[in-house]
Amino acid sequence: MAQPIVQIRQLNKWYGNFHVLRDIDLDVAQGEKIVICGPSGSGKSTLIRCINRLEEHQEGTLMFDGEEIGDGTKSLEDVRKNIGMVFQQFNLFPHMTVLENCALAPMWVLQMPKAEAEAVARKFLERVRIPDQADKYPGQLSGGQQQRVAIARALCMNPKVMLFDEPTSALDPEMIKEVLDVMVELGDEGMTMVCVTHEMGFARQVADRVIFMDAGEIVEQNNPEAFFANPQNERTKLFLSQVL
Amino acid sequence: MSRRDALLQLVTLALVVAGIGWLIANVADNLDRQNIASGFGFLNERAGFGISQTLIDYDEDDSYRQVLIIGLLNTLLVSVLGIIFASVLGFLLGVGRLSRNWLISKIAMVYIEIFRNVPLLLQIMFWYFGVLRNLPSPRQAINIGDVMFLSNRGFALPSVSFMDGAGFYGLALLAIIVTAIGLRRRARKLFLATGQIVAFWKPLGIVSLAVLLLAGAVAGLPFAADIPSLRGFNFRGGMSVIPEFVALLLALSLYTAAFIAEIVRAGIMSVYQGQREAAAALGLSHNRALSLVVIPQSLRVIIPPLTSQYLNLTKNSSLAVAIAYPDIVSVFAGTTLTQVGQAIEIIFITMMVYLLLSLLTSWAMNRYNARIALVGQN
Repeated sequence: MAQPIVQIRQLNKWYGNFHVLRDIDLDVAQGEKIVICGPSGSGKSTLIRCINRLEEHQEGTLMFDGEEIGDGTKSLEDVRKNIGMVFQQFNLFPHMTVLENCALAPMWVLQMPKAEAEAVARKFLERVRIPDQADKYPGQLSGGQQQRVAIARALCMNPKVMLFDEPTSALDPEMIKEVLDVMVELGDEGMTMVCVTHEMGFARQVADRVIFMDAGEIVEQNNPEAFFANPQNERTKLFLSQVL
Repeated sequence: MSRRDALLQLVTLALVVAGIGWLIANVADNLDRQNIASGFGFLNERAGFGISQTLIDYDEDDSYRQVLIIGLLNTLLVSVLGIIFASVLGFLLGVGRLSRNWLISKIAMVYIEIFRNVPLLLQIMFWYFGVLRNLPSPRQAINIGDVMFLSNRGFALPSVSFMDGAGFYGLALLAIIVTAIGLRRRARKLFLATGQIVAFWKPLGIVSLAVLLLAGAVAGLPFAADIPSLRGFNFRGGMSVIPEFVALLLALSLYTAAFIAEIVRAGIMSVYQGQREAAAALGLSHNRALSLVVIPQSLRVIIPPLTSQYLNLTKNSSLAVAIAYPDIVSVFAGTTLTQVGQAIEIIFITMMVYLLLSLLTSWAMNRYNARIALVGQN
């Protein structure tokens, strides 16, 4: 079996005295789609933010594509350019057009010529179905459109993994579907994805594995059919009864 | 509008007009009685007093108009230099205040709290009476390498005069500037076309050195330094900077820098943390994230209050009068007014000068601000 793209062993993290992540073990295989769910404050966002080291962990090892991520990582930029991330609040750069948002990192990180970077940007804007908004500014778009731009911006770097941190939580209900549709397509195309989300329909449809976290631990994980039909742990049952 | 309202407004207007008319008549009457002329004719009269710092030729036989220009130039000199120093220092302090280095952050904090909480007039007096006036007399001046002398009469600095052949160095300087612009353009073009990030400073340094050596080979060193030396009770030769100027410039720069530091800090902090995270997640380095994402966004928050600080500094320079730095208020609204007595005209001209300076500054800064404003957001 091929080496997992992300390999997490006995990961522990504290905020001061607060133990946010406890003994996390997690492997993500190439092409695997994982959904992480759990009550708020369970550490699920913190966990995926550790993968591209927006958060630092204190104990355990975290490997991405064969390289350890930690204090000793030589070039964090080289790791991060291979990990796409989509945030709850979109975090588009408001002073740049949609096209500039997408072309920025390919130009400055991958050192792509401008024309090529813009061609790549237009290709992915086409994929998320907003090619006609390329010259607008983020502030002129709806939330759903902004989040699709954010996905396109991450894809422009041709990442090996995509991390989604509650991508639909800040959206109005009628816009959630347009973002999920893009994510489903991305999954169908074989992208490796780790998604923190409460969209259980999406989990059922796309995920290879659903992970339930509570109080900083991975409580239960299973394929979606078994996870939803037959949860083992009491906490999982309680959570599912609240969100479904 | 009802008839009653209209009538009321008419009456109010009539009263205001009558009031102003009475004031003017009263002033004219009083001026007449004291034999004070009105109008701007006095500007052509001989001033008859000396000024301690003149950027253009001036002597006592020149007119009050010349005094006005000298004062304005002195105000501009201290204001422009003050704005430059305050901006650089303020920016460094603002960034330093946010530094993760405990010592740097605390030093910046202590500086800001001291300088912004002591009245400016007091700071001007501190530098002037407390520091510069307490320097030794010219005979015991602090000697820096036999070329600079600090005394209670001011700073005596060496000046450079140019001889034949200095033009070659001018050409060399021109060549360096052209090279710098060319290299910048080339770097930008290459970056856009190929994505390569090309070196800029190193080739520029090499070219500069070569050009300067060439100029040296052709023209030698056609410069003469004029070093000040003590003659009698004061220094002669070189360039002399009066202590009033140094004190005012120091106080204005240091005081305003503290405010600018807070503005810069607020501007940088106003950029949502998620922007930095998004830039980092894309693989941009810390410095690139700062220059491409954070600073452009913080500028739109920084510019409007920064404009106010520039205006404040310029207007605060009128405190020069307290230490007799010859700014426009000191020599025109001060000495000239005392001699001529035409308060209305002189104060009016002085106010108009400040108004004009402020409007020009605001106009320039607003134009810049409009260019960097965000689209689609307020």
